[in-house]
Amino acid sequence: MEKTSKTSDSDASSATGAKTSGGKTSKTSGSIKEGKSSAAVKSSNGKGNGNGNGDCGNGKLRCKSLIVDGTKYRTQLNKKFENRKLWEPHNPKKITSLIPGTIIKIDVKVGQTVSEGEQILILEAMKMKNKILFGMDGTVKSIHVKEGEKIPKDFLMLEMK
Amino acid sequence: MPLKRKIQELQKKREVVLKGGGDAAIEKQVAMGKMTARDRIISLLDKETFTEYDLFAEHEAVDFDMDKKTLAGDGVVIGTGTIYGASMCIFAQDFTVAGGSLGNMHARKITKIMDHALKMKIPLIGINDSGGARIQEGVSSLAGYGEIFFRNTLSSGVIPQISVILGPCAGGAVYSPALTDFVFVVEKISKMFITGPEVIKTVLGEEISMEDLGGARVHSEITGNAHFYAQSEAECFEQIKKLVSFIPLSNLKKAKKFPPKDPISKYQIEDIVPGDPKQPYDVRDVIKAIVDDSDFFEVHELWAANMVIGFGRMGGETIGFVCNQPLVLAGVLDVDSSDKAARFIRFCDAFNIPIVTLVDLPGYLPGVDQEHAGVIRHGAKVLYAYSEATVPKMTVILRKAYGGGYIAMGSRHLRADFVFALPGAEIAVMGPEGAANIIFRKEIASAEDPEKVRKQKVKEYKDKFANPYVAAAKGYIDSVIEPKETRKILLHAIEVSENKAVYLPKKKHGIPPF
Repeated sequence: MEKTSKTSDSDASSATGAKTSGGKTSKTSGSIKEGKSSAAVKSSNGKGNGNGNGDCGNGKLRCKSLIVDGTKYRTQLNKKFENRKLWEPHNPKKITSLIPGTIIKIDVKVGQTVSEGEQILILEAMKMKNKILFGMDGTVKSIHVKEGEKIPKDFLMLEMK
Repeated sequence: MPLKRKIQELQKKREVVLKGGGDAAIEKQVAMGKMTARDRIISLLDKETFTEYDLFAEHEAVDFDMDKKTLAGDGVVIGTGTIYGASMCIFAQDFTVAGGSLGNMHARKITKIMDHALKMKIPLIGINDSGGARIQEGVSSLAGYGEIFFRNTLSSGVIPQISVILGPCAGGAVYSPALTDFVFVVEKISKMFITGPEVIKTVLGEEISMEDLGGARVHSEITGNAHFYAQSEAECFEQIKKLVSFIPLSNLKKAKKFPPKDPISKYQIEDIVPGDPKQPYDVRDVIKAIVDDSDFFEVHELWAANMVIGFGRMGGETIGFVCNQPLVLAGVLDVDSSDKAARFIRFCDAFNIPIVTLVDLPGYLPGVDQEHAGVIRHGAKVLYAYSEATVPKMTVILRKAYGGGYIAMGSRHLRADFVFALPGAEIAVMGPEGAANIIFRKEIASAEDPEKVRKQKVKEYKDKFANPYVAAAKGYIDSVIEPKETRKILLHAIEVSENKAVYLPKKKHGIPPF
């Protein structure tokens, strides 16, 4: 339940059921996968048509529906929720671009030991040769860019060990 | 001797209340690396200047057997004292008493000291360390929060308000710090959020620690809610003292003047700003070449670092600096840096602090995420803040000033009083590459060797427009100066602006693009 529960508190149980049957592996309520109806799914139908979260009831947001024992059930699980970006802890070992631009010079090699403040590469963007520096001591594990390459924002440029 | 006995009685009563939540609770507080509320106030204020009020305040709650409980000072310490001789109003929530929870009397004590601060026209410092609303007192504690927010708003722009987060500050409570001018946080101790990790887990199924959700680093690097970040409470108090030395007591006063001092000679603008417009440098070194004793006190150091803001002194007078930072993201204006600059400009304007703007930016940051994040609305705040500010405004264009960025960064058109440019300045509507591609599109396309023609046209455009003299010829900049003349001419401009008086059209208030 805790893994997949969703927005509307009254319908938290129904959302759980929906996500499970949507082909995703989940720890909860395997019963729906087998095609058996469960209390959770039924409650989803009852609420969806009546007093549920209006977003889904009036069809303005595209919600997932599922078929159990020949009956179609609408769920509260909309695309926006499914596609939301989950929070990830910041990993200082993965160096990504903060701005789109062109790599014009790479100063390090794979396996090289580097220290904080050392220059990794030069990323030309916004009329500037931006110097990208190491924020920590370590060893270069892999480099994912070449000189002359154009990269977008949030592109993984280099990994540290 | 009846009076003597009464005095003894008072002393005994004081002793009990000054213990706060008792020895066990104090021990727990100290084990968390935190000071007690009174210790915090005492170590922040000048020695022996703290005078406490409402020591014997008691709560009036009766439900849930609350009438059988006494809470020392109702969980908050209020009073007045001085920092470097300047009077301050201060309150500190006492976590050892009922978790510093905010009940009706607790809130009334805070609002009492807030009212004092507004009446006496002296700054307010609030130390937050509270579990939140006192549930037993129900809606009365909500009312208390509301009264505090209202006073924060009334005091805004009249007296400086400083919030120090030294413990949890969750739910509605976060809005008082959010309404104040400067927020201080301390690593591992400060925690601020609207909904805690538990709620996020229940509602969204995502797991996140308190530190990752609303710890000190998060608020000083990602959200920008905190202006100053410290490793310890002691460091935090030093930062507060330093800030207080730069700002005035109220909007009716000017900041205290200090004896002028020359900058350290190793900072020379000529050596700092590279001739190649594509080479980055640290704009803070340029500030250090300008301010007294090279002493620059940065605000919001870790958030939106492509804009540098902070205080320094010139000729002994406090100056607010707003500068692009070419070292970070090429110094572009984006959503966060616009917010950062705009709010700081409004603080300086409200408290009679002249503004020096150092310009070196390629423009606003292009990109879908920026556009969708509302860079139009946020960028407009900078224009609004500069246009509205009536304090002396001095601008120095160090290098690049292109497009909308040129207008936004304290340009003549937004009524900068003085605009200077270094000889390497490039003031144009857009960069030479982009401009040549548009203006000479036909020539380039129809040429036998388009690349050669394109390069030639770029050079032509660059020679003709990428300099300060076109703008100087139109009077948009007052003077093209040598780098070493910068401090001298700024000092002169500040002196000349001493009695500046500008009046905006009469209105209730403007409507900035919040």
